[in-house]
This record gives sequence, C-alpha cells and structure tokens, in this order.
Amino acid sequence: MEAFTSLTAIAIPFDQVNVDTDQIIPARFLRKQRSDPDYASFLFNNARYNDDGSEKEDFILNQGKYRHGQIIVADENWGCGSSREAAVYALLANGIRAVIAPSFGDIHYNNGMKNGMLPVRLPISDCNTLRKQIHEVPGSQVSINLLDQLVIGPEGAKYRFEIDLLHKHCMVNGLDDISLTLEYEQVLDAYEKKRQIEAPWLY
Amino acid sequence: MTAPKTIFAKIWEAHEVVKRDDGQSLLYVDRHILHDGSFHAFGMLRDASRTVRQPYQTFGTPDHYASTVERTLDEMTDLEAREKVEMLASNADEFGIHHFGLEDSRMGIVHVIGPELGITQPGILLCCGDSHTSTHGAMGCISFGIGASEASHVLATQSIWQSKPKSMRVTVTGQLGFGVSGKDVALALIAQESASCGVGYAIEYAGPCINQLDIEGRLTLSNMTIEAGSRIGLIAPDEKTIKFLEGAEFAPKGRKWDLAVEAWKGLPTDEGAEFDKEVTLNGSTIAPMITWGTSPQHAIRITEPIPDPEAEPDSEKREAMKRALTYTGLVPGQLMTDVSVDRVFIGSCTNSRIQDLRLAAEVVKGQRVKVWSMISPGSGKIRQQAEAEGLDRIFTDAGFDWRHSGCSMCVGLNGDLLNKGERSASTSNRNFEGRQGPETRTHLVSPAMAAAAAITGRFTDVRSLMERR
Repeated sequence: MEAFTSLTAIAIPFDQVNVDTDQIIPARFLRKQRSDPDYASFLFNNARYNDDGSEKEDFILNQGKYRHGQIIVADENWGCGSSREAAVYALLANGIRAVIAPSFGDIHYNNGMKNGMLPVRLPISDCNTLRKQIHEVPGSQVSINLLDQLVIGPEGAKYRFEIDLLHKHCMVNGLDDISLTLEYEQVLDAYEKKRQIEAPWLY
Repeated sequence: MTAPKTIFAKIWEAHEVVKRDDGQSLLYVDRHILHDGSFHAFGMLRDASRTVRQPYQTFGTPDHYASTVERTLDEMTDLEAREKVEMLASNADEFGIHHFGLEDSRMGIVHVIGPELGITQPGILLCCGDSHTSTHGAMGCISFGIGASEASHVLATQSIWQSKPKSMRVTVTGQLGFGVSGKDVALALIAQESASCGVGYAIEYAGPCINQLDIEGRLTLSNMTIEAGSRIGLIAPDEKTIKFLEGAEFAPKGRKWDLAVEAWKGLPTDEGAEFDKEVTLNGSTIAPMITWGTSPQHAIRITEPIPDPEAEPDSEKREAMKRALTYTGLVPGQLMTDVSVDRVFIGSCTNSRIQDLRLAAEVVKGQRVKVWSMISPGSGKIRQQAEAEGLDRIFTDAGFDWRHSGCSMCVGLNGDLLNKGERSASTSNRNFEGRQGPETRTHLVSPAMAAAAAITGRFTDVRSLMERR
C-alpha cells in the first residue's frame, strides 16, 4: 500500500451522520474490478450523478474547489454498515487519502488502515469546528501529520489524535501487515499445537 | 480465585496468540468463511504468492451473486455474476478449502449455513468478509466481519490483528408478547439506543427474553448487532444451542462431542463479571416493529405514528430525520398501517431460517397475496426442509414466488432488486438509501409482519390479522 506520513490538502465537509458504505459505493458496482477505468465515478454514485450521467449540482463533491479535496471531515459513524472494502477503493480512486470523523464503522476503519487511507478519530466538537471553518472558506486546507499524530485546522489550531502503533508503523512505511505477522510464525505454530490439544473437537 | 469474567473475555483470551503493548492482539481464527464476493481477498493472496495456511478450517459458498432462479452455472445469464460464482469455485479448488457450490444442497447464505452445518460452534473465533458475521455469535462464539485485506491476512496466517473492544451487556427483561420476534427485539434496541450505540463494543445479549428466544430468533438478533454499530454480538450457549448443533455435519461427534459440550458449559459469563456499559430493554413492552426512515434506528412500533422531527432536540438527528422522511415519502404523524406496499421480500441472513418460514406460513396459510412477493430460504437444506413440511405449497398457493437461496434482495447483487420508486416490506437488515436499488424505499420488518403486508397490500399489525382468525 501507499505510505502515509503527512498530507496538506483541501478538506471537504460532509454534514451527515451514519454515512453508510452502501452510499459510499452502491452495491451494483461491487462486481467491478479496481482496474475498471470508471472506478472513480462509483463513489457516491447515487448522490453524485443523475440517470443520464450528468452531475447533481447540490452534491458537495461536484462543487468548486471540493472537487480537488483529499481529506473528508465527516460526522458520527462514518462508514457504518457493509464491510465492503470497495468503499475505501472508491475513495482512493478519487484521491481521498484521509477521513476525519468522531467515530467510524469499525470494519471500515480497519479497511482504511490496510489501504493507506487514514481514518482519524477526533472529538465531535473538533469535527464540528473544522466543518464550520471549511464551510466559511470553501477550499480551506487541513494538514494531517501521522508521525506526530496531529491535525492542523484551516486556522492553525492543532488537534492530537490517537492511533495504535502497529497500524501507524504499517501506514508510515507502506507495509503489508502479513509480512509483519509472519515474523511471529513460530508463536503461531506453537499456538496451533496447543489449540489442538486443548480443543481437539475442532480438528 | 480468579476474577469473574465475561464470555467475551474468556473466548478473547483463549485466542490471543500475541498481545502487543500498543493494544493490538493477534487473534487465532478457528473458522473462516468466504463467499463469492471474496474475490479481492483471494486475488491479494495470489498476487503476494501466498497460500491458505489452514484449508481445513476454511469454508466457501456462493451467496451474494447467486441467482435465486437459476440453479446451475450454465443457466446463469448474468455473466458478471456467474464469473464471481465460478471464481469462488476455482479458488476453493486451487487452495483446497471446503466448498458448497451452487448445485450443492448445503449451499446457502454464509451466516445461515455456518450454524446449520455446525461450522459455527460455541467458544470459537470465526471471521467472514461480511459485516453480518455478527450473526454467529448467537451460538456463543466471537465472530466478526472483516474487509478483503483482513480476509487475505486470515487466509495467509489463520489469524488477525485486532484491538480489544469494550464490553456491553444488553439485558432484555420481561417476556416477549404474541407476535414479537427476535427481529422486533433488535429494532426496538436500535430505536432506543441508536445505530451507533455499539461502535467499539462487543455486545452480550442476556436476560429472560433472550432465554425465551429460539436459536433462529437469537441468530436474527445477533445478526442485527452490526446495525447497532457493533461488530460482535454474543449469546451464552445453553441447552437449545447444544440441541441445535447435535448431529450437524461439521459439529464434533462421539467422544469429541462430549468433550466439546463439557467445555461449552464453562463459557457463560461468570456471576459478578463487569461490563463497560449496561443497557436494559423491557421485552414486555416490545411490539412488532417497522422502520419508517433510512437508518435502522428509525424504527417504531407498528401501532405508533411516525415521529415529528421538530420534536427532536438534537439538530443533527433532526436533519437526518427530515432527510429520511423526504427520501421515504412519508410524513410525521402518519401511521405505517396506512401506507401501501409494492413488493414483499422474505429472506436474507437476518430472516430466512426454517422458523422464520414457519411463522410467515402461518400468516399466509389459505390467503392470497395482494402484491408481488418473494421468498428465498436461507439455504438449500432449509428449502428442502420447508418443502418436506409443505410450506412451499402454502406460499405458492398464496401467490408467492418460491425461490432458491442467496442474499437476494437484501443487497441486490444478483439482480433481485426493487424498481425505482418502489416500497418494500423486507425481512432484511438495512433500510439505507438505495439499498434495494436506486430511489427504492425499504421498510424492515419481521417475517410474520412481511407476510401480513403481502396479504393486505399495506403495512399491517400481524397480531390483528392473527387474532381475527
């Protein structure tokens, strides 16, 4: 996966709670391969396009500077629902590398981590402040520094966020965690032997 | 004496292969189930020149793309969908995992066949690349949905990195009334607590109403745990669980069965164990439920009017309610029993088990449907069982479309969808915008309530229908 260390980019305020992964990528596109040349258009397809393929003007990703946004500032329970990793693939296909939200669907959070799309948890009041500031000056930039675990808002305010060190290590170095796990191979072997003795009915 | 523990803690600790200081644990995966949507995971495995570490512990069946009409690959006319079903078969063959193909009677929805075949057992840790993997926890195990990259990791290493969620106990007190099912308990809980109440938690369901529920009802409740925001639902195993599993194909046999049952009896939460959060739901006050909006938390008793967003003090919730009402084309104060239905769907990993079909058949018996209605049993075995009991005749005589098994209209990947603008009564799990097709409106209900809507052509309190008979 592509490494993530820091990013300064236009931020997109997304004022909606419980944005589910069905909205992020409707089910009919899940059969498509990531190599599909139209992959980027699958993102929020129902909300973003009319039947004839033209853009819906009122949808935020179709508006001015937000077209070039790379960071979404969202509301509670972003990415809830279906486990579809394609939701992350569709965000990445549109250049979106990070989502800041008060809470995430747990599976979507992990899916982001595994693909270099950073999910950042900040308190709800901070997310509200950030969205308000971006709305006031559309095109505002937000910075995320993963090494220092800091978000810097459009007006310079700094917000520290938490992330576990394993995911941070993989993300900063663009590492696949399978190779990391295989460093524990002997421990895994030993565990499996023990499990077969302790729960023989599973084998 | 050791401190009292929750069932969740007992199973979690028994599966910790590595525990890092930063809170991440490498957990052992006893059973891994894949489906025809898992092609990304196999692709990643192959791209990295890796193989499946424990094929014996790995299972696959096509459900997401399976046609509910065509039962052989050659008959499948949707070629992209057929490709997905074929890819699972060839991946299963290449890596030597258990596979129940389209023509195998053991085929079905992953979360139905896991418990049914005894792949799911108390005390194990199970993963599957689908959010409704929370279902299996009703058998007394830790079971959660994962993404494609995580599934690839499980295939390669038979383990997964996770941080330990906090624990929540939902105690359902009282007694469930006539016509109230596991589905209604789930919707009542989410309506009371919100669709995000479980984020970051593993939920254990307990109390007299949980004991009262049969295994099918418990599976439905645990299935909907993800709609409360939590990936993990758990119910302590009891005699019903043991009876359900005895004799299942992949359940232990003979001396191993005795050993397993002995171990399972030690799993329930110890008296005095502490939870990070406790929630109580009064089961006696739950009525048949229905959703009016676009989140499972937009649920009311069928007897209640649709709530007024203006009465909601929280501005964000108020906006979400207004948006939902605009989408579903309903108004505050309206009774759902005054709303007509275009189509009825009975099926999905939430409500397609034999008990669900029996409850629906009881409502349908001797009646005719007023609207297009379909029913998709959760597995080939359930379809056979229903046919042996004559349920299929009850449904077809009433005008139902009696289909084969698959995820079907819950997610519509196989083409089973509503037409634009249509409104469904659906026994599935998500009423999200566009879930059953663009601009379609989904109303979540129990199988009995869906059957009642099929008969009357509008949302109906199934209790009034049954009492009149």
